[in-house]
Amino acid sequence: MSADIKVYALSTCVHCKHAKEFLEEKHIPYDCVHVDYLTGEERTKIMDIVRKLNPALSFPTIVIGDKVIVGFRRDELLTMLESCGK
Amino acid sequence: MDAQELFEKLAPLQAAKGFHFNPDTAMVLDLMAGLLTNKERYGYMACPCRLASGKFELDRDVVCPCEYRAPDVAEYGACFCGLYVSEAVRDGRQPLPVVPERRPVEKTLAALG
Repeated sequence: MSADIKVYALSTCVHCKHAKEFLEEKHIPYDCVHVDYLTGEERTKIMDIVRKLNPALSFPTIVIGDKVIVGFRRDELLTMLESCGK
Repeated sequence: MDAQELFEKLAPLQAAKGFHFNPDTAMVLDLMAGLLTNKERYGYMACPCRLASGKFELDRDVVCPCEYRAPDVAEYGACFCGLYVSEAVRDGRQPLPVVPERRPVEKTLAALG
Protein backbone atom coordinates (compact mmCIF):
# COMPACT_ATOMS: atom_id res chain seq x y z
CA MET A 1 0.00 0.00 0.00
CA SER A 2 1.69 3.25 -1.13
CA ALA A 3 2.15 5.80 1.58
CA ASP A 4 -0.67 8.32 1.09
CA ILE A 5 0.79 10.57 3.73
CA LYS A 6 2.97 13.44 2.53
CA VAL A 7 4.92 15.75 4.82
CA TYR A 8 6.16 19.01 3.35
CA ALA A 9 8.89 20.03 5.74
CA LEU A 10 12.04 21.98 6.42
CA SER A 11 15.12 20.08 7.56
CA THR A 12 15.83 22.78 10.15
CA CYS A 13 12.32 22.89 11.65
CA VAL A 14 11.77 21.15 14.99
CA HIS A 15 8.01 20.86 14.50
CA CYS A 16 8.60 19.07 11.23
CA LYS A 17 11.04 16.76 13.03
CA HIS A 18 8.49 16.03 15.76
CA ALA A 19 5.76 15.29 13.20
CA LYS A 20 7.99 12.79 11.40
CA GLU A 21 9.04 11.19 14.71
CA PHE A 22 5.37 10.87 15.65
CA LEU A 23 4.59 9.00 12.42
CA GLU A 24 7.67 6.81 12.80
CA GLU A 25 6.76 5.93 16.38
CA LYS A 26 3.44 4.65 15.01
CA HIS A 27 5.19 2.85 12.13
CA ILE A 28 3.15 4.80 9.64
CA PRO A 29 4.87 5.23 6.27
CA TYR A 30 5.02 8.69 4.76
CA ASP A 31 6.76 10.63 2.01
CA CYS A 32 8.72 13.70 3.08
CA VAL A 33 9.84 16.62 0.97
CA HIS A 34 12.46 18.88 2.58
CA VAL A 35 11.69 22.06 0.68
CA ASP A 36 14.79 23.83 1.95
CA TYR A 37 16.89 21.31 0.05
CA LEU A 38 15.17 22.17 -3.22
CA THR A 39 16.27 24.97 -5.51
CA GLY A 40 15.09 26.85 -8.54
CA GLU A 41 12.13 25.53 -10.50
CA GLU A 42 11.77 22.44 -8.37
CA ARG A 43 11.37 24.58 -5.24
CA THR A 44 8.92 26.89 -7.00
CA LYS A 45 6.87 23.95 -8.25
CA ILE A 46 6.64 22.37 -4.81
CA MET A 47 5.81 25.70 -3.20
CA ASP A 48 2.93 26.10 -5.64
CA ILE A 49 1.63 22.73 -4.45
CA VAL A 50 2.07 23.66 -0.78
CA ARG A 51 0.32 26.97 -1.34
CA LYS A 52 -2.77 25.25 -2.72
CA LEU A 53 -2.80 23.02 0.37
CA ASN A 54 -1.84 25.71 2.87
CA PRO A 55 -2.22 29.36 1.79
CA ALA A 56 0.07 30.48 4.64
CA LEU A 57 2.93 28.52 3.04
CA SER A 58 4.10 27.34 6.44
CA PHE A 59 5.68 24.08 7.57
CA PRO A 60 5.00 21.32 8.32
CA THR A 61 2.15 20.91 5.90
CA ILE A 62 0.89 17.36 6.31
CA VAL A 63 -1.38 15.72 3.74
CA ILE A 64 -3.34 12.58 4.62
CA GLY A 65 -5.41 11.49 1.68
CA ASP A 66 -7.46 14.58 0.88
CA LYS A 67 -7.02 16.18 4.30
CA VAL A 68 -4.41 18.78 5.28
CA ILE A 69 -2.98 19.56 8.71
CA VAL A 70 -0.94 22.74 9.08
CA GLY A 71 1.68 22.57 11.82
CA PHE A 72 2.38 19.63 14.10
CA ARG A 73 -0.95 19.25 15.87
CA ARG A 74 -0.58 15.90 17.67
CA ASP A 75 -4.24 15.37 18.60
CA GLU A 76 -5.56 16.39 15.19
CA LEU A 77 -3.04 14.16 13.48
CA LEU A 78 -3.95 11.23 15.73
CA THR A 79 -7.68 11.67 15.07
CA MET A 80 -7.12 11.88 11.34
CA LEU A 81 -4.88 8.81 11.29
CA GLU A 82 -7.46 6.83 13.25
CA SER A 83 -10.28 7.97 10.97
CA CYS A 84 -8.46 6.58 7.95
CA GLY A 85 -7.60 3.36 9.69
CA LYS A 86 -3.85 3.94 10.09
CA MET B 1 30.04 27.36 17.91
CA ASP B 2 27.65 24.50 18.57
CA ALA B 3 24.01 24.46 19.69
CA GLN B 4 24.86 24.32 23.41
CA GLU B 5 27.29 27.24 23.17
CA LEU B 6 24.76 29.33 21.23
CA PHE B 7 22.13 28.48 23.85
CA GLU B 8 24.41 29.56 26.71
CA LYS B 9 25.32 32.77 24.87
CA LEU B 10 21.75 33.79 23.97
CA ALA B 11 19.86 32.73 27.13
CA PRO B 12 21.13 35.50 29.44
CA LEU B 13 20.97 38.15 26.72
CA GLN B 14 17.36 37.40 25.93
CA ALA B 15 16.32 36.92 29.55
CA ALA B 16 17.62 40.41 30.25
CA LYS B 17 15.19 41.67 27.57
CA GLY B 18 12.34 39.70 29.14
CA PHE B 19 12.26 36.88 26.60
CA HIS B 20 12.33 33.34 27.93
CA PHE B 21 13.43 30.17 26.22
CA ASN B 22 11.17 27.16 25.96
CA PRO B 23 11.77 24.91 29.01
CA ASP B 24 12.05 21.90 26.66
CA THR B 25 15.85 21.99 26.35
CA ALA B 26 16.04 19.25 23.75
CA MET B 27 13.68 21.24 21.52
CA VAL B 28 15.65 24.42 22.13
CA LEU B 29 18.90 22.72 21.17
CA ASP B 30 17.25 21.44 17.98
CA LEU B 31 16.21 25.00 17.20
CA MET B 32 19.71 26.28 17.98
CA ALA B 33 21.09 23.71 15.55
CA GLY B 34 18.61 24.92 12.93
CA LEU B 35 19.71 28.52 13.48
CA LEU B 36 23.36 27.53 13.09
CA THR B 37 22.56 25.62 9.89
CA ASN B 38 20.86 28.69 8.47
CA LYS B 39 23.75 30.89 9.58
CA GLU B 40 26.05 28.62 7.60
CA ARG B 41 23.75 28.53 4.58
CA TYR B 42 22.77 32.17 4.37
CA GLY B 43 25.13 34.10 6.63
CA TYR B 44 22.39 34.97 9.08
CA MET B 45 20.18 33.09 11.50
CA ALA B 46 16.93 32.84 9.60
CA CYS B 47 14.07 31.25 11.53
CA PRO B 48 14.58 27.47 11.40
CA CYS B 49 10.87 26.91 10.88
CA ARG B 50 10.49 29.21 7.88
CA LEU B 51 11.80 28.88 4.35
CA ALA B 52 14.49 31.52 3.93
CA SER B 53 15.30 32.93 0.49
CA GLY B 54 18.95 33.58 1.12
CA LYS B 55 18.50 37.27 0.31
CA PHE B 56 18.85 39.15 3.58
CA GLU B 57 16.64 42.06 2.55
CA LEU B 58 13.76 39.66 1.85
CA ASP B 59 14.38 37.56 4.98
CA ARG B 60 15.01 40.43 7.41
CA ASP B 61 11.63 40.01 9.13
CA VAL B 62 12.31 36.34 9.88
CA VAL B 63 15.90 36.66 11.08
CA CYS B 64 15.85 35.40 14.67
CA PRO B 65 14.53 36.96 16.84
CA CYS B 66 11.90 37.56 14.18
CA GLU B 67 9.57 40.53 13.92
CA TYR B 68 6.68 38.29 14.93
CA ARG B 69 8.17 37.03 18.22
CA ALA B 70 6.71 39.67 20.51
CA PRO B 71 3.14 39.63 19.16
CA ASP B 72 3.14 35.81 18.95
CA VAL B 73 4.42 35.33 22.50
CA ALA B 74 1.87 37.87 23.72
CA GLU B 75 -1.06 36.33 21.82
CA TYR B 76 -0.26 32.61 21.86
CA GLY B 77 2.44 32.16 24.51
CA ALA B 78 5.21 31.21 22.08
CA CYS B 79 6.91 32.39 18.95
CA PHE B 80 6.28 30.52 15.70
CA CYS B 81 9.16 28.11 16.04
CA GLY B 82 8.65 27.62 19.79
CA LEU B 83 12.02 28.97 20.89
CA TYR B 84 10.67 31.88 22.94
CA VAL B 85 7.75 31.42 25.31
CA SER B 86 5.67 33.35 27.79
CA GLU B 87 6.22 33.04 31.55
CA ALA B 88 3.09 30.86 31.77
CA VAL B 89 4.53 28.38 29.27
CA ARG B 90 7.99 28.65 30.82
CA ASP B 91 6.57 27.86 34.26
CA GLY B 92 4.39 24.99 33.02
CA ARG B 93 1.09 26.81 33.68
CA GLN B 94 0.26 26.65 29.97
CA PRO B 95 1.22 23.97 27.42
CA LEU B 96 3.33 24.95 24.42
CA PRO B 97 0.85 26.12 21.79
CA VAL B 98 0.88 25.49 18.04
CA VAL B 99 1.37 28.98 16.64
CA PRO B 100 -0.12 29.86 13.25
CA GLU B 101 2.06 31.72 10.76
CA ARG B 102 1.73 35.48 11.29
CA ARG B 103 4.07 36.43 8.46
CA PRO B 104 2.15 37.85 5.49
CA VAL B 105 2.29 35.26 2.72
CA GLU B 106 3.26 38.02 0.28
CA LYS B 107 6.64 38.25 2.01
CA THR B 108 7.16 34.50 1.67
CA LEU B 109 6.17 34.67 -1.99
CA ALA B 110 8.41 37.67 -2.65
CA ALA B 111 11.30 35.74 -1.15
CA LEU B 112 10.65 32.91 -3.63
CA GLY B 113 11.58 35.28 -6.40
